[in-house]
Parts: sequence; structure tokens; C-alpha cells
Amino acid sequence: MSKLIELANGQARWAEDAFVNVTDEDAIPDAGDVILSLARFEAEGDALLSSNSRRVGVRIESDQDIEVLAYDLPRIAVVALAFPKYRDGRAYTSARLLRERFKYEGQIRAVGDVLQEQAGFMVRCGFDAFEPNDGATPDAWTKAASRFRHVYQRAADDRVVAFEERAS
Amino acid sequence: MYQYDVIDREFLVDRSNEFRGQVSRRLAGELTEDQFKPLRLMNGLYLQLHAYMLRIAVPYGSLNPTQVRRLAEIARDYDKGYGHFTTRQNIQFNWIKLKDAPDILDKLAEVNLHAIQTSGNCIRNTTSDPYAGATSEEVDDPRVWSEVIRQWSTLHPEFSFLPRKFKIAITASAKDRTAAKVHDIGLLMRQGRDGQLGFEVIVGGGQGRTPYVGPTIKQFLPTDRLLSYLEAILRVYNRYGRRDNIYKARIKILVAALGAEEFAKQVEEEWEKIDAERADLPAGELARIRDSFATTPFETLPARSEAFELAKAKDSAFARFVRNNVRAHKQPGYAIVEISLKATEQTPGDATAEQMEVVADLAERYGFDDVRVTHAQNLVLPHIKLDDLPTVFAALQANALATANIDLISDIIACPGLDYCALANARAIPIAQDIARQFADPDRAEEVGELKIKISGCINACGHHHVAHIGILGVDKKGEEFYQLSLGGSGAEDASIGKILGPALPADKVATAVDQLVAAYLDVRTDGERFLDTYRRVGLEPFKEAVYVQAD
Repeated sequence: MSKLIELANGQARWAEDAFVNVTDEDAIPDAGDVILSLARFEAEGDALLSSNSRRVGVRIESDQDIEVLAYDLPRIAVVALAFPKYRDGRAYTSARLLRERFKYEGQIRAVGDVLQEQAGFMVRCGFDAFEPNDGATPDAWTKAASRFRHVYQRAADDRVVAFEERAS
Repeated sequence: MYQYDVIDREFLVDRSNEFRGQVSRRLAGELTEDQFKPLRLMNGLYLQLHAYMLRIAVPYGSLNPTQVRRLAEIARDYDKGYGHFTTRQNIQFNWIKLKDAPDILDKLAEVNLHAIQTSGNCIRNTTSDPYAGATSEEVDDPRVWSEVIRQWSTLHPEFSFLPRKFKIAITASAKDRTAAKVHDIGLLMRQGRDGQLGFEVIVGGGQGRTPYVGPTIKQFLPTDRLLSYLEAILRVYNRYGRRDNIYKARIKILVAALGAEEFAKQVEEEWEKIDAERADLPAGELARIRDSFATTPFETLPARSEAFELAKAKDSAFARFVRNNVRAHKQPGYAIVEISLKATEQTPGDATAEQMEVVADLAERYGFDDVRVTHAQNLVLPHIKLDDLPTVFAALQANALATANIDLISDIIACPGLDYCALANARAIPIAQDIARQFADPDRAEEVGELKIKISGCINACGHHHVAHIGILGVDKKGEEFYQLSLGGSGAEDASIGKILGPALPADKVATAVDQLVAAYLDVRTDGERFLDTYRRVGLEPFKEAVYVQAD
């Protein structure tokens, strides 16, 4: 079971993961928070959400378009975006669209081949939870996420961009 | 030139510190080579055949003398006394030790240089016109827009793990010196009828295994919408570009698969959804960047210089240099001077530390502190007074930098090839040297006229052989180096992909074949026709015959 790091206000810390990742073969447990695949969510998500008894998250693979969740987003607690390989950068776009286009306020979790070297990019794109694949500790994550004093472009975070610093 | 402010400088310091940490983790064994590889690649550090190679970004090919001197120092202290200028206007050092890399990056950062995004699947250094700010042909200064893109693309959080590398070129002149049409994105600046400036946007050009001249997906993009439109293109590519096969991952494959029209439609749809207010650059920042390029303090001079005319009349070598390496400047009394890095026995694009220092001195004394790198692997002093040209020429001549062959047959583009590169199938440098030797007689070279030969040591086409008037591709045939010739390519405004001439030739036959091609051309050319024009008029056959049909 991977460990979960959560980031809030620039500080990363270990977090208790309340969610159970349900694979397509598993039965959905009777109670407790779950993260489902998109197919599973489309088939069974509505019923789970209607019962109002637990939180539901969805795992989106890198080749799945985030737009299909648009309607359900307000009710989804976690969107887990998969990195099948660290080189696969599609989830960065998904995260930005979730935050900037769909104004999603729930947790965006990086899962899969998640390395501390990606931290800075991930945080800027709106990820706020991470299941590192390289044994990285929250400390490394906090440092990596704030390594650069300046950023050059707007993204999903609220950092002041270089041209705004210059204009102020 | 753009001046780095405290923000730009602190950014480079942070980057350098980050890499120093990564290297020390690697040297301490905390990172495996596999884990370290993507990190070093993000800092331009490749592992080649014999050593590490460090590729340093020269943003849009523009350097000041302090930077050039620092590159010379690095060549001397950490390499074998020379550096290699590349077809993307960067410089690479081929003999670097890993333990030295952090120190080198620190030294570079001190003069506002870096190796960020010179490799990896990210947005690379923007190619631009080496004559920017100096030629009267341009409708705007393309460096302004190159700098806008430099900042926007630097550690872009969304676009640093693209399917494959991504290269943008910008030209604002009708004559294209950037090979814009064979870039992932080519931006051709245009002036609309109402005087408004915009870009014709070309997407999906490229070389490598599958060469394409890119199609236009937007005729006129207003300049103030540049960044949001680039974001739309990159986003469509990041989401839908292929990731299953490295050879099919460039944007050209996506554009070709969808068709230019459908690709353009998808970009347009994405563009409409982007919040322009947030994505486009504020006018204030654009004005700040533009201001920093608008300050070359030219003197008011007569268009004619007596000293220059006198030297031309007296010294035939100078006159030849002027004919071939000197171009018209927008400012009366000034000239654009090209410095060829293609002397007869030279490795194309190589410059020694001493040569770099000479160029730096000349730029400082005579050239408004401005040095440019061209995609043809030469250097440019963009603003030299005609009055000073004889002196500048003498200094260049004394340092083997006055070869008068720009765009002539011996001005050959060549990749490092099997002499350095881990990917190469064959050597490129000795072939270039053979051909240059064959055409070392400057009268003959001038008689032949503009003829662009480009050599790649493998199918990845770093030597641009697809877009050469005569392209040469090194192939491996059962362990032997062979060379496939192609004709009729061009990377300029009249871009086209060359056609293969016939069976590959052994190394010792290549220069002879080029000679035969040239003879065939001289035989049938009409007045004013370049080699490329003649080829386009008469086709492949006469040339094929010249090389492959043996006389009895």
C-alpha cells in the first residue's frame, strides 16, 4: 500500500488515507471511502453517491479525458490522476483543467510513477496529494515544491508570476 | 539585448542549486543512472560515446561578449579547448566530466546562461533570425517574441513531459533563416493590411525519420494572442500526441494523422475555452521586453564608406569576404557580418576558445556587444560599421575566421556523427571535410554559387540532410559507413524535402559524387539559377546519370 502525502499551505505531511482503491476485480466494500476506476464509477458511482454514506473518488488513467467527469465533479471527493510512467505528462493537463476550467475544489491525487522531481510541476498544476513511488518523504516534497523563488507562467496555483512581480 | 533582472538571475541560481543536489546524490550512489538520466537530461547533460556532452542554451542565438568569453573559459578549463555550435543556435561541449557539471552551470548562471530545456521532452530553445534587429527585411524584431516564449516555456508546469521534444522557430523576414517550416511550430510574422502584426502559424513540420514541411493552421494570429494560442496547440499535443512509439511521438505525426484542418479545428476549440486574460501576456510586460531590444544606439552615418570602398578595391580577399559574408544592414553605414566556422580543415560549427575570445573582443569594440549564432552553425556580428569592416576583417583573418563561404558549397552543416554521438551510424565530420577540401578553391566555390550541403550521421537528421540542396545521410551497411545522397531539399522560405538520388555510396566516393553533381549543374544551369533552381527545373535524372552512369 503506498503512503499518502498531502500538501496544504506549502507544507507536505504524511496523511492517513481514508480511501480504499477498488480495482475492477474487487467487490466494493460495504462501507468506507473508495476510489473507483472511471468505468466502475460510470456504472456504480451514482448509487454510491446517492447513498450519501461515504466519499467517492475516481481514478482517471492518462489516456482518459477529464471532461467526462464535468457533471459529477461537485460530488467527487478525490480525483486520482495516474502516471503510468513519470514521462507521461497528460495528467498535468488534466489537473489544470480540473482546477482552472472546472473549478474543482476536491483533492487531486498523483498516483502511479510519482517521483519527487515532478513535485514542482505537479503542485503548480493543482495536485495536492501524492503517492510517491520513489520513497520520497514529505520533507523532500515540501522542498521540491518550493525550490524556485520565481515562476514564469500562470498555472493552477496562486503563485505570483514573474511579470506580476515586476509590475508591482 | 534583453537584460536579465534579479528575477531571471535568481531563477538560474535556484536551478543550478537544484542540479548540484542531484549530481551529489548521483555521485554518492543515492540515485541510479536510470533515475539520474531524466534529471541530467533536463539540464542538457547527455552521455555520449566517449564522455558527457553538455548542451548550453543560447536563447534565440543571441550572446553578449561576456557570455562568449565565459564559453571560451569553459572550453579551455573543462573541455579540450573548443566548443561546437549547433543547428539550433546552441553550443555544446563534448568532453565534460560529470563532477564538473554543477560548477559549469554555476559559471554559466553568473553570466545569465544555462542549460535548461536543451534536452528532454519539453519546449526547447526558440530558433530565431540571426539578423534580427539588423535586417531591413523584418516587419518586427523576432527576438521580442522569442524572449516572450523563453519566459513562458521555462519550466512550464504543464508542458515539461510532452510526448516528445518540441521546437519553435520565429522569423519576421520574408527570407527565412530559421528553417521555420520544419519546426514543430513555425511562426512567420506578417503585417496585415491595416498595419497590425500577426503570425502565420505552421505546425507539424519536422525532419528525422518522417520529414514534413509543416502546414499552416492559422493564417493570421494577432501577436497579443500568441501565448494563449501556443497553450492551445501544446495542450492538444500533450493530450493526444502518441506516446506508444518514440518515432511517432512528434507533433508532426499527430497533425498528419488528423489532417491539418482537423488539427486546426481542435486547437481552435481549445483556444476558445482558454481564459485569454490569464493566458496572454499583459501589455506592460510585453512593452518591458520590447524596450530592452530597442536600444542599439546607431550613429547617423553616410551610406557610403570611403575606407570600406578603398579596402575593397585594394584587397581582393576582403572584396571576396564582402561578397560572400557581408549583408545589408537596415542602418546606413552599417553591415551584418557573418563569421564562417567552416574553414577547410575545421569541424563544421567548432570554435576554439581563442576564436571565441576574438569574436567577443570584436563585438565589444565594434559591434554593440552583440554576437549571434546561426542555424547553419556560423556566427554573426550583426552591427558593424562599414568604416570598421577592414579592421574587423583583418582580425578575423588572423584567427582563421575569415573564410568567405557563407551559403557556398563548403559552408556545410554537419551533425557530430559517429565521432561523438551515441546514436550515429556513420561519421559526418570527415565527409564534410572531404567536400570542403574538394571545393577549397574559392573562385570555383563562388562560381558554383549558393549550394547548401547538409550531412547527418543517422536517420534522426540532426544535420538537416532532408532540407539540403544536396543532403547526405550516413547509413550502416554491414558495419561499413555508407552515404545516401538526396537532392532538392530546402529549409528556407521555399521549404521542401529532398529526394533520394540512388544507392548509397562508400565514404571515399562522396566528395567525387558531389563534384559530379556540381558539374552536371554547371552544364545545364541558366543565368542566375542556383543549384536548387536548376534541380527544380530539370529534375533528378540528369544528376542521377552524372553520379551513377559510368563512362565506358
